[in-house]
Amino acid sequence: MESVDLLYKAIYIIAIFGITLLIATYSTYFERKIAAFIQDRVGPNRAGPLGLLQPLADAGKLFFKEDFIPSKSSKALFILGPGIAMLVATMSSAVVPFGDNLIIGGHEINLIAIDVNIGVLYVFGVVSLGVYGLMVGGWASNNKFSLLGAIRAASQNISYELAMGLSLIAILMLSGTLSLREIAEQQQGFNWNIWYQPLGFLIFLVCAFAETNRTPFDLPESEAELIGGYHTEYGSMKLGMYLFAEYINIFVASAVMATLYFGAYNFPFMLELEAWLVNATEDAVTANNIVTLIGVAVMFAKIFLFIFFFMWVRWTLPRFRYDQLMKLGWQILIPLAILNILLTGGGILLKDYLF
Amino acid sequence: MEPLSNRSKKVQKREMTFAEKAYLPAIAQGLGITLKHFFKKKATVQYPEQTRERSEIWRGLHVLKRDENGAERCTACGLCAVACPAEAITMTAGERKAGEENLYREEKYAVTYEVNMLRCIFCGLCEEACPKAAIFLQDDKVAPARFERDEFIYGKDRLVEPLKTTETK
Repeated sequence: MESVDLLYKAIYIIAIFGITLLIATYSTYFERKIAAFIQDRVGPNRAGPLGLLQPLADAGKLFFKEDFIPSKSSKALFILGPGIAMLVATMSSAVVPFGDNLIIGGHEINLIAIDVNIGVLYVFGVVSLGVYGLMVGGWASNNKFSLLGAIRAASQNISYELAMGLSLIAILMLSGTLSLREIAEQQQGFNWNIWYQPLGFLIFLVCAFAETNRTPFDLPESEAELIGGYHTEYGSMKLGMYLFAEYINIFVASAVMATLYFGAYNFPFMLELEAWLVNATEDAVTANNIVTLIGVAVMFAKIFLFIFFFMWVRWTLPRFRYDQLMKLGWQILIPLAILNILLTGGGILLKDYLF
Repeated sequence: MEPLSNRSKKVQKREMTFAEKAYLPAIAQGLGITLKHFFKKKATVQYPEQTRERSEIWRGLHVLKRDENGAERCTACGLCAVACPAEAITMTAGERKAGEENLYREEKYAVTYEVNMLRCIFCGLCEEACPKAAIFLQDDKVAPARFERDEFIYGKDRLVEPLKTTETK
């Protein structure tokens, strides 16, 4: 790889990292705004115009609070917990394709941080590491409520990862690849996977809610029973890191769902638009770049819609009871996912047989 | 036993249908309701900038009025204190000295006049009891929140209507 390409890649990676953090920051703001709007309130509107500086004020407050470490805790692990949660959350957006190719000065830049051929597995591996952040933090706090929250988080994440993985297998059977980039490319135009995998998407969506510890599956931190769950003993910016990691996870989950089921950066009539642009401008490079940039905007629009959906559901549904959660995961979602695999396999065979 | 009304329904536990068991239609319905609220007009009044509209006869903070020459109308008769159901009003009376005719309207006046805003229930009975039309409850002011209890005891310095100077007339 040439040094110019490396430079572009580095710029892209820094940009994606920054955008991830920015979106997570403003997710906190929009969470509060959406909560308020759904409850017929106005929400934060005092810090800056429309309250837009509220996330900065929140972060400033967290930084200036006392950074407390319980005396009987395992100090190293106590500090490591939020670190792992944050690190793992920011790592997983690396393989998500946010757009097609940009061509600048003859260099073709893939709008994906690292194009590995096992992208789906990478996302899964990294996301399941995320439970270590909660586990380590909850255990190191030396607090029964924290430990209970951590155990809940671990068992919940493991249970729902199974159904999530099984629902993904159907997608992999259709696409025949593990690379998120190739999966995105196969959904050219309006040929999105959601049309072939509605049941799979439903299962994946429910599991994504459970994986990100969002309502109705926010049992690890259910404040009514467990005070604060795994982050009971945390304060200051360590607590901030945990909460922040949750929002980054939502962003990543939304990006993965948009990529796998809603065609990533693809939008209807994109090929026609590119052909028309090539005719109009008589410059294939400009046409390609314009279509790519629109694709990036479309990708982010899809992600924002999913993030909105996450928040919308949070302020609509009450929390599950723990036995209901386990029953849903093991007795309903996993059999449904297996059924979905069978249906998909049958569909593929039927298609081969008929055509 | 005979039913009191014929409106009571017999409760029966029936099996849930598949749609109810699947929970998804109910979720969709709930999401619809919250989305409806999302676009509803908000009831919030942005308080320091806006204030809620008050009725003409709304009873707020007390004021001790002056007459047309700027002299205090109150003669410290104590009828307001007697009328007050919350016993929020106390006063001490004094005799007007020579040369104070422009300050106090009659020979007797209130040296101190205190209303305890924590006791006051803003019923307006003092206003009705006053024979001199000296005390009124304003419709545009409230007793603001304070940190100390003794700050709620309003003396004459905060109750008496400010003197109208020539500039502000």
